[in-house]
Amino acid sequence: MEQQIKDQIENEISNNEVCLFMKGTPEAPQCGFSMAVSNMLKILEVNFKGVNILENEHIRQGIKEFSEWPTIPQLYIKKEFVGGCDIVKEMYESGELKKILEKKQINFKK
Amino acid sequence: MAMDSKEIEKHIKEALPDAVVEIQDLAGDGNHYSATVTSAKFSGKNKIEQHKIVYNSLKGKMGNELHALAIKTKEA
Repeated sequence: MEQQIKDQIENEISNNEVCLFMKGTPEAPQCGFSMAVSNMLKILEVNFKGVNILENEHIRQGIKEFSEWPTIPQLYIKKEFVGGCDIVKEMYESGELKKILEKKQINFKK
Repeated sequence: MAMDSKEIEKHIKEALPDAVVEIQDLAGDGNHYSATVTSAKFSGKNKIEQHKIVYNSLKGKMGNELHALAIKTKEA
């Protein structure tokens, strides 16, 4: 991966406490899996940045390498990779997602 | 591009011989699957590590030939 792409990804996850790499935007997701994660964050009223990987092919490939994870969406909280759609959904349903948000001192609707 | 569910199961079992694998073709199009994988090898690993084992077993097919595979992992 080019250093420039890596820097760009690192900037996104450093500058945004909750950062979702997704297809489309939180307002107009382009894929059901991206929409699902985006909606869970919205329900919890979490302030997050959606990075639309469809707008940048380098980021789209780069993020897979960066996280060693082959699919989109990918959720980062305070620079830590939390998971893709399946894991985030499981954590949402079990209440574990709220625990992580709390632990990482992210504001959300309790 | 589509992929047969038997092939998915075969790949996962190559990496995790003890695994119990249940695969569902969610849309009936050979493109959207869900796999529930139960293996003793998952013990002591977090969800990300468990899913990575399954992704790695598919050797780069995930995101290419295989468009969507929802994964659920369970410790045996």
